[in-house]
Formats: sequence, C-alpha cells, structure tokens
Amino acid sequence: MDKPAFFNEMYDGEALRPAYAHIVELFSKYAPDELALKKAEAETIFRRLGITFAVYGEENNAERLIPFDMMPRVFLESEWRRLERGVKQRARALNAFLWDVYHRGEIIRSGRIPAELVYQNAAYEPSVVGITPARKIYSHIIGIDLVRTGLGEFYVLEDNCRTPSGVSYMLENREIMMRMFPNLFHRARVQPIDDYPDALRRTLKSVAPAKCEGEPCAVILTPGAFNSAYYEHSFLADQMGLELVEGSDLFVDGEFCYMRTTRGPKRVDVIYRRIDDAFLDPLCFNPTSLVGVPGLMNVYRSGGVQICSAPGAGVADDKAVYTYVPEMIRFYLGEEPILKNVPTWMCHKPDDLTYVLENLKDLVVKEVHGSGGYGMLVGPASTKAEVEAYAGRIKSDPAAFIAQPTLALSTSPTFVDSGLAPRHVDLRPYCLVGDKVTLVPGGLTRVAMREGSLVVNSSQGGGVKDTWVIADDA
Amino acid sequence: MLSRTAESLYWAARYMERTDATARLLEVGYRMAMMPTAAGGHANEWESVLAAAGAAQGFADQFDAATKSDTAEFLIFDEANPSSIRNCLRAARNNLRAARTAVTSEVWEAVNESYLRLLEMEAQRALSLPELCDWTKRQSAVLRGAFSTTQLRSDGYDFFNLGYYVERADNTARLLDVKYYVLLPTIDMVGGEIDRFQWLTLLRALSAHRAFHWAYGGDISPEQVAHFLILNPSSPRSLLFCAEQIDRHLKHLSLANGGRTPADDFAADMFEALGTARIDAIMAQGVHDFLTGCIERNAKLHRLIGESYLFGAM
Repeated sequence: MDKPAFFNEMYDGEALRPAYAHIVELFSKYAPDELALKKAEAETIFRRLGITFAVYGEENNAERLIPFDMMPRVFLESEWRRLERGVKQRARALNAFLWDVYHRGEIIRSGRIPAELVYQNAAYEPSVVGITPARKIYSHIIGIDLVRTGLGEFYVLEDNCRTPSGVSYMLENREIMMRMFPNLFHRARVQPIDDYPDALRRTLKSVAPAKCEGEPCAVILTPGAFNSAYYEHSFLADQMGLELVEGSDLFVDGEFCYMRTTRGPKRVDVIYRRIDDAFLDPLCFNPTSLVGVPGLMNVYRSGGVQICSAPGAGVADDKAVYTYVPEMIRFYLGEEPILKNVPTWMCHKPDDLTYVLENLKDLVVKEVHGSGGYGMLVGPASTKAEVEAYAGRIKSDPAAFIAQPTLALSTSPTFVDSGLAPRHVDLRPYCLVGDKVTLVPGGLTRVAMREGSLVVNSSQGGGVKDTWVIADDA
Repeated sequence: MLSRTAESLYWAARYMERTDATARLLEVGYRMAMMPTAAGGHANEWESVLAAAGAAQGFADQFDAATKSDTAEFLIFDEANPSSIRNCLRAARNNLRAARTAVTSEVWEAVNESYLRLLEMEAQRALSLPELCDWTKRQSAVLRGAFSTTQLRSDGYDFFNLGYYVERADNTARLLDVKYYVLLPTIDMVGGEIDRFQWLTLLRALSAHRAFHWAYGGDISPEQVAHFLILNPSSPRSLLFCAEQIDRHLKHLSLANGGRTPADDFAADMFEALGTARIDAIMAQGVHDFLTGCIERNAKLHRLIGESYLFGAM
C-alpha cells in the first residue's frame, strides 16, 4: 500500500494509533442516526447559548454557528508535553523580543533582525518606547497556530500576540462533549481544561501596575455586542467574574482610568482589551474612533493602568517578523527552538521574490498584515487566472507578501454526510504569560470541513472540534 | 455595577413586560370582537386596542381600517412598530446580550429561545392569534421564573425589577384607561350587558377574574374593578402594588449605594399618595384624569431613575 500523502491523526497505516483506542470503540457503538441526532442536539445547544459568530459583510441577523465536529482530536500526554514546552519557549522569546525592541534593540544592533522590519513595521508603536509594563510583559495571551505533518513533526504557522480568539470554543466544545459522551470521558481520562478562566484571571491580576492599591480591578474591554467575537468576550468576563466594559463605560481622570458605575466612578487597574491598538485611544491613535477611551494611553504610559496585551505587541506577530522567531529563541534564551517554523520566502527580498513568482502554483501566499484567511492564495487549489491575478498584486507591492510551501497538513477523522472522513486540521493552544507561563492541556482544533481544503478559518467555513490530552497508558 | 449594565437590565425587563402587556391587550381585543355588536353603538374594539397600545398613529400610517388581522400583524410582527412583540423581544434580547455577564445563563437562554422561536413562527405563520397571545405570556413568565429562581439578589436584581414594575404600572393604567375612556364612549351604555362583559374581559386578560371574585365576591362593578386595579395592595398588577415594589427596590439600591436619590423621594411620594387614596374620590375626580396623571408621574419616575443611576451618561 502506498504511504498516505498526509499524516492521519487516528491511523498509522491500517493500525489505530493508541491515542484513539477507546474512542473508536465507543463511537462504533452508535448508529449513524444516533450520531446525527447528537449532532443536531449539539447545534441546538450552541444556538440556544448564543455561541454564534457574525460574518462581516453579511446581514446583521446572520448569526452563524461554527460547524462542530464530534470526533475529538487526541494527543498522548508525551506528545503534548513536547508541544507545551515549545509553545512556552516561544511565548517567552516573543515577550523578550517586545521588551527589547521598545528599549535598546539589542537584537537589531547584533544584526540578527533587519532594523527596517521592526521600526518601519505598521504595528510598531513609537509612543510606547521606553515604557516598562509590569513584569516586562507585553503579550499576555498568545495563541500559537500549529500544524502537524508527521508523528513528531509540528510546525508553527503563526503567532497571535494581540487578541487571539476562539478560546471560548475550546471551553464550550469540551462542555458539549462531556454532556453528550460522558462514557468517553469516564474511559479515556481526558485532562481537564477548566482551569483556563481562573488562570487567565490570575494572569491579568499578576500584571497590575505598581500604582495599584489593594486587590487589582481587571476588566475586559469589548467593541460591543455586534463584534464577531462578542460571545467570547462576555463568556470570559462571566467565567472570571470581571466586568465586560465598552469604551464609553471607561473614562480617564488625572492619573487613572475609571469605569462608570451606579455607585459612581470605580478605578480600573488592568484592561484586557479585545479591541485593536488603533481604537484604544482616539487622542493618540484613530481620532474618529468611538470605541476607545480618550486619554487612556497617557494613563498607560504613566503606569496608572495595565493594558493587556500592551499597545505595540503586534510587532511580534507580524508574518515577516515570524521568520525570525527561531533567531529570537537563540538570542534571548540561549536555547534551540523546540517547534519548527515553516520555511518562508519574504517577497521584499529580490531572490525570494523571483522564486515565489516562478513557483506560485505550489505555494501558499499570505499578506503580511492579513488575518482570518482573508486575501491569501493557496496555489495548488487555485486556477491559472487566479494565480496570475495574484502575481500582479505581489509585483505591485512585494513587501506586503510572504510565501510558504503548502504543507502536508495532518488529517483527523471528521463526521461528514457520508460518515467519517479525513479532513485537514490545525491547532491553536492558548499560552498565558504573567507571574508564570501557563498552558492548559488542550486548545482549539480547527478543521477544514470541505474535502481537500487546507483553509480552516471559521470565516472561510472551517469547523471546530474538541482537543484531548490523555495519559499515554489510558 | 456598570451604569450601562444597570440600564440594559432595566430596559430588558421593560421590554419583556411590554410583550406581555401587548399580548393581553390583543386578548382583550379578540374576546370583545366575539361579542355581538350592539347595533353599532360602540367603538371598534381593534381601534381601542391600538389606542391603548399607543400605536394608533403608527398603524394609521400603514393601514386604512383596523381589522383583526392587520392589528394583530402590526402588534405582533411588524418591524415598523417599535412596540411590536417581535421588536420588544429583540430589544430585550439585545439588552440582555449587552448585559450578558449580569444575568444567569437560564435568563439569557429564556429570552434567546423566545426570540428565535418567534422568528420561526413568523416565517411559518402556524399559530392562531389566541395561541400567539398565550405563547407570548408564557415566554414572559418563563423569563420571570428563570430570573427569580436563579438570579443573585444584587443590585442587578433591583434594576431588573424596577424595569418590570415601572412598565407594568404604565400598562395597567393604559389598560384601565382604554376601558374607561375608549371602549364605552356613550354614557347610556354604562351598567349594561356590554359594559359588564367588557369589565369581565379586562379582568380575564389580566388573568385576574377569579382573583377578583375571591377578593370582592358578587357582581362586577366599575368601582370594584377600578379599586382592584388601582388600590388593591394584593393585586399584583395594581398601581399601588407596583408603586410599593418600586419603592422597595429603590430603597434596596439606595441602602447598597449609600445615599437617597431624587428617584427614592419621588417613588416614596407616589406610594404614599396611592396608599391613602380612596376609590370614591378617584371616581369623583374622573378615572381618565386620574390615570393620565399616573402615566405622567410614572414617566417622570423613569427619568429620575436614569438620572440617579447615571443611565445614558457618556
């Protein structure tokens, strides 16, 4: 038999991988119509809870469900531990980098990263140069997107250092699975992830500014109920017992930031912002923004409030800066990277540009500042005309693009209309950085629901599934 | 609590109570429409219903005459009517979504399911008017139940209840007014069969006709119904009962917040005035005038609550 083109998370050739032993046995006991019923039940629960997302550009009543797949994606603990070390290592290096580029810029002086890549980066924030946030941490919640191509072969696709979303799905997927398949959990000894909200609250409180007196008051700042991730914002606030505020609920008076309450102003010490830098403070950034807080940046600069993640943190998750993360790990930590980067061609380099243009049909090309799977080219899945049109875009502004080989993303068995079928998956674990670095055993597995598709983003029709870490001998 | 959250809770309750009131009004309408017409002697009950809902003008902009189906459509589903059950449910849902962290999942799910189900029913047009009215009242009861059995007794609870009772007082006053002022404009019909039937229908719509008999026994008289809906402290929809609840929840809030507000003083005066009022004096003054005064004072109280707890302060 030919070696399958893609690593299958469940099967090693014909043989079941140990991680999936109990699960396949238990699922085989359900008739197809029973499973269909369970799936419908899960979707009803999602809709009733209001776990929906809005797709920009559609009618405002288009509240869509993310397709939920009931077959979990399973890691053995030994596999997971290595991933965990790799993610934490990366989170430490990214924060060291952020501290460095807003202070002496040693990594640039040493010639390891080109200066223009950092200082001319749109996400570089000159107004925070020289400021020291609590514990020197800039990025407190880091979502690292990983794919797998072989047994021990994990690649980092990208780092999300500002406001990675999806953690509510990680938690809700688990809730739903526990409700529907209690037997599975009983047998498989799945490691719990319930600690995430507490860990996030501890992380936020551990970075309160020095001027904070007594118990720190932390809040979540949302753009409002019409934002596509609003459910997640309210879910996290609820789970942590923190106020969910909008810009208009906050105001600045003197050295501090306050929220408007029915008992008058209450001081706020830590803001977990789920809005972009550009909207944080209309006096400092986008003057037409109504979602921000006028004067907030002054309070931040003078140490009256901590903003999580810190303004300017985006310079570390840029798709061009990404290529230097292994270098950061060596430079700041003196360690070898545990997780690999995907080889990346940067179109601003003439040689790379030539290669990319000649091999477009085999590559994945992304916009340096793009996100959510928008505006990318998947060469092998595109028509000749699409490839040519994209080539034109690259030529007109090479620095805005990077290219990567199409990876042989692993597949995970997924329930589709015809039964179980392999579909490509990625993984986003959520790393918390505060007084310590925390990673719960699990993450969000995203799955491309269409056969052969490599695009897992929910905005592009991707689905989600629960991610399990189980003991090796379970 | 964030002022915005308090405001959202207050409004969510007002909107839910309004869906309930609209359903009850429609019920009054269709029960009265079943009554044989007394030789054209009395006004069109659907016009009365629209007037009581404060929706007569909005309706007239779209329709010529108030038929049963147009009135029901307008009061239940119409997007252009800000007080339609559909719009009120959506507004309640949006408010609770904005205050999602201040309510339990049971409360949120109650309103979310109601709204989604209403959209389905709108698409299917499967239910009759009586069924829709029953359904709406039941949704309101489910939310109320979820709220009282799961919600923390904190200031959010008080703001939510303030919304309920401010809205309910307004609705009771309007419902009573429609009987007094709109339905039977000619004095010679007072005390007749139609008059009696209308009082009974009003009580039925308030789920109160049995309670009324327990409380007063014997025949229905306008004085007794007016007393029941204005001054009876045991009737959960009476103006006095609402005033007492408003006073109580405002007292809780001012105790927790450490200071009396203008809303407290105003509500205490309202409660006091109703508590010492006599029904014969109200009848002598004119029930319509009295109710108009109540509706105006209620509106002022609404403004004072907002000012006291910084609603809408940007």
